[in-house]
Amino acid sequence: MSDSLIEVTGLCVDYGTGDTAVHAVIDADLTLRRGEVLGLAGESGSGKSTLAYAITRLLRSPGVITGGQVILRRDAEPAVPLLAAGERELRGLRWNHIAVVLQSAMNALNPVMMIGTQLTDVLTAHRPEMSRADRRSRAAELLDMVGITADRLRSYPHELSGGMRQRVMIAMALALDPRVVIMDEPTTALDVVTQREILEELSRLRDRLGFAVLFITHDLSLLVEIADRIAVMYAGRLSEQAGARELFRSPRHPYSHGLLNSFPSLHGPRRAMEGIPGSPPDLREPPAGCPFHPRCGYAMDVCRTDMPPRFTLNGGGRSAACWLQDGTHEVPAELGSVGSGGDDPPVPPRSFAGETAPAATAAPVAEAGGQA
Amino acid sequence: MTAPAGTVPVGPGATQPPSPVLEPRRRARMIQLPRSPKILVGLGLALFFVLLAIIGPLVAPDDPNASSSTTIGTPLPPSGAHWLGTTKVQQDILSQMLVGGRSTIVVSILAGAIATVLAVLFGVSAGYFGGWIDDLLSMLANVFLVMPALPLLIVIFGFLSRTTSPNDVLIGLVIALTGWAYGARVLRAQTLSMRNRDYIESARLIGERSWRIMMFEILPNLVPIVATSFLFTVIYGVGTYAALSFLGVISVSHWSWGTILYWAQSDQAAQQLRPEWWWFLPPGLALGLFGAALALLNFGIDEFINPRLRLAGLTGRRARRAGLPTRPRLGLTPVLKPARPGDDLVGTGEGAR
Amino acid sequence: MIARRIGLYVVTAFVAITVNFFIPHLMPGNPVLTLIGKMRSQVTPQTIAALELQYGVDTKTGLWGQYTHYWYELLHGNLGTSLSGYPASVGSLIRGALPWTIGLVGVATILSFVLGTLIGVLAAWRRGSWLDNLLPSLTFFQAVPYFFLAILAGALFATKLGWFPQSQPYDTTLLDPGLTWDFISSVLDHAVLPALTIVLASVAGWIFTMRNVMITTMDEDYVLIAEAKGLPRRRVVAYAARNAILPSVSSFSLAIGFIVSGALLTEIVFSYSGIGFLLLQAVTNEDYPLIQGIFLIITFAVLGANLIADFVYAFLDPRTRQEG
Repeated sequence: MSDSLIEVTGLCVDYGTGDTAVHAVIDADLTLRRGEVLGLAGESGSGKSTLAYAITRLLRSPGVITGGQVILRRDAEPAVPLLAAGERELRGLRWNHIAVVLQSAMNALNPVMMIGTQLTDVLTAHRPEMSRADRRSRAAELLDMVGITADRLRSYPHELSGGMRQRVMIAMALALDPRVVIMDEPTTALDVVTQREILEELSRLRDRLGFAVLFITHDLSLLVEIADRIAVMYAGRLSEQAGARELFRSPRHPYSHGLLNSFPSLHGPRRAMEGIPGSPPDLREPPAGCPFHPRCGYAMDVCRTDMPPRFTLNGGGRSAACWLQDGTHEVPAELGSVGSGGDDPPVPPRSFAGETAPAATAAPVAEAGGQA
Repeated sequence: MTAPAGTVPVGPGATQPPSPVLEPRRRARMIQLPRSPKILVGLGLALFFVLLAIIGPLVAPDDPNASSSTTIGTPLPPSGAHWLGTTKVQQDILSQMLVGGRSTIVVSILAGAIATVLAVLFGVSAGYFGGWIDDLLSMLANVFLVMPALPLLIVIFGFLSRTTSPNDVLIGLVIALTGWAYGARVLRAQTLSMRNRDYIESARLIGERSWRIMMFEILPNLVPIVATSFLFTVIYGVGTYAALSFLGVISVSHWSWGTILYWAQSDQAAQQLRPEWWWFLPPGLALGLFGAALALLNFGIDEFINPRLRLAGLTGRRARRAGLPTRPRLGLTPVLKPARPGDDLVGTGEGAR
Repeated sequence: MIARRIGLYVVTAFVAITVNFFIPHLMPGNPVLTLIGKMRSQVTPQTIAALELQYGVDTKTGLWGQYTHYWYELLHGNLGTSLSGYPASVGSLIRGALPWTIGLVGVATILSFVLGTLIGVLAAWRRGSWLDNLLPSLTFFQAVPYFFLAILAGALFATKLGWFPQSQPYDTTLLDPGLTWDFISSVLDHAVLPALTIVLASVAGWIFTMRNVMITTMDEDYVLIAEAKGLPRRRVVAYAARNAILPSVSSFSLAIGFIVSGALLTEIVFSYSGIGFLLLQAVTNEDYPLIQGIFLIITFAVLGANLIADFVYAFLDPRTRQEG
């Protein structure tokens, strides 16, 4: 399908080899489509960053890719199997088609080189036909795109503020007009105000240039706003994939449900907060069966022994790796309804002890300066 | 069926002893001792030299000053009577090595110990207290760091040797006075970074006394650095003491490996048409091996402290067995099983399964 | 930041001069007394008076007076009169020997630094290769005293193989100093072994430092980004090395002290007429004014080298320029 840019099939990534290997990503299937924002969400250690870096073979030692395929599709050129590509081919593809933006711009920018040089080095490497003057003007153009004046070309990273550095990173990523930009927690290290600015900047740039984004973050609430589709990872596996709005309204996997109910809503009636009890498993010794079952309020016997496969739902638009969705079980209302729209109070997940948390009262509670 | 070599043949019903491969590995992981060959070789060599220092003079066959003959005027190569040969005045070189070994090793270890104590004292205090104490001690350390040590020591010993007889403890002490600054600087930096940690802050808020905090909270974390600083200074001590003896600044009747080289050089042992290698090789090699042993130990400790310097088991035999390229390469994550051949790459495959 | 360093060097120079003055006074007994007695017949009364003043034998002037006098002489460039080279002044003797040492040490140090850092980069980039496994054996070279390496090199290459001359800075029997090709080639010929010794003994330190820092630097995000950008491998390594070289430059101040000490000893073995050789002469003859004069000059030279290293560091690391 010419609509997809990156197709990941059955990707497996380990840290280390042999008996002591830790399985960080297990059998991941993912597709990034042209121009879309795919959010990759999960807790620390869920494997989301590992997955993203493995796609471009940028994973550091001792990471090893132990299986699967990653195919990069390009316009008017043959598709490239990234995992089998040679070094020269990879170097040619990098930044041209796939660019990367990291969490901490202070660490991602070379402290002893000027900003201008860091913007033009990719031009020198990938566009040898450009003259020095061309490169310089392109660099100035890139800075302008993110709202930074051209005199900053001669600055060093430590002379810029945190927000400016992040914007420089984004400008740097867009230097060759890539089709895919992988962003690893780009706003986590920033204050909320700057966060918002960066996200708006990003949105404007996407409108203008039309690139796709693989947005990695632990902040699911953020993704619900900016992503088109969301993939949730848990213990190295993709537990659920769905459109952003669909996921928000009707999560199918108990983990996603738990996550969505972990942050308060600014609207609606007050309700009791519940996180997900327990903590993520140690990947060196994952639990048998479904990795989420120790923390899951809906766990059944089969969950404790067998790993649930990914079940396709809604005719192929979404998937969830949960035994509840295999078609033979009765799915609880909160995990299976068609999606009743956004205004009903969300049903809280079943707690670990099997009891349902006290249901939210339907009547809005009067508050000082009450909210709608 | 013959039992594989190394296993105990067991009769029926007897429980098989646990495979010998598993046990030591588990134990090693528990004690967390790195099994790097560097540390083992270094440790072995170092222990050998310490042993030499202790028993050396006791097992020396002759008095190093004694001439076995007054008629022969050239150094003699190794023989039955003199295992390492003789000097020009027919002194037994083996005895000189054994006696001199004690002095060399004692002085260098003493210098290392005293310097390390000073370094800990000054470095941790400077880092912990900050303010004018830090400024003063840092300035002091920097001055000693920048000033070239050997010329200063030559001046000191030049005068000292004239008025006092050589004494290992004194020599070690003076050398230590020039060697503490580097360790102090490193320890200060580490203390500074630890000082702002929460557990130190809380100890201070509780009212725990400064010296107790330094002793029991900060110092235990600095042990690897103190160890490596100690070894570094001992190496410095060995080289410096040898140099001073070689120059003749320290009395040449006080035997050390450097002194042997002094006599070898002054009698031009290496410049002869047939170099008298038995005279200058043993002391030089001994100095080098001792220093190398300590340096290897240091290397090993360095890898222990900084896990990034280790190779995380992804190289060499293990990697090759797993089918990986033998060297980890940045930006080129290894793929264990490349994409299966015959995969339909440009087909119409759907997205997520 | 440079200002602070200059301040440090000024203080160090001050301390060195003061220590230099006080050491003879602190020694138990009076080492110089007998020496002066011995020399009384051989040198001029003015020289005796100056010695007595400097070494505190003169009881007429108090300690403070002697100290200030010492400073006075120093600021006039007078380091005293040599006892072993009498009637030559200490200053003139040093002036004759210094250029040889600076030439030898300067060239050898730069060579060692460049070679060491390049090999260190290579070793870090190609981890687990044969180069990496060779490194522990280099510790031997690092631990062996300079002068022993010198002796070995001399015995092997000069005496046994006859490839290079054993001693002297140039062929003193045949040539006179001048800008002739004969002279220059002789100088080079005679400098090979001493320089080789210095390089061999010091290169391991640079290699290890660079390698270890490089390994840590390669873990940095900006190196990963350089790879992600698809830059040619040489560029990526250069980006990392530009950062990794900083600690080597800043550790130069520590290293130069060792290198200078080692060079002095090397000169002695090869009878190379630099400061080292002069020092041996001074020690053997108990020529205290010369010993102390050499100490001061060496200290000043090392401080100068440090200053240059500081400037280079500031040039390489833009972050330091802010603090001015």
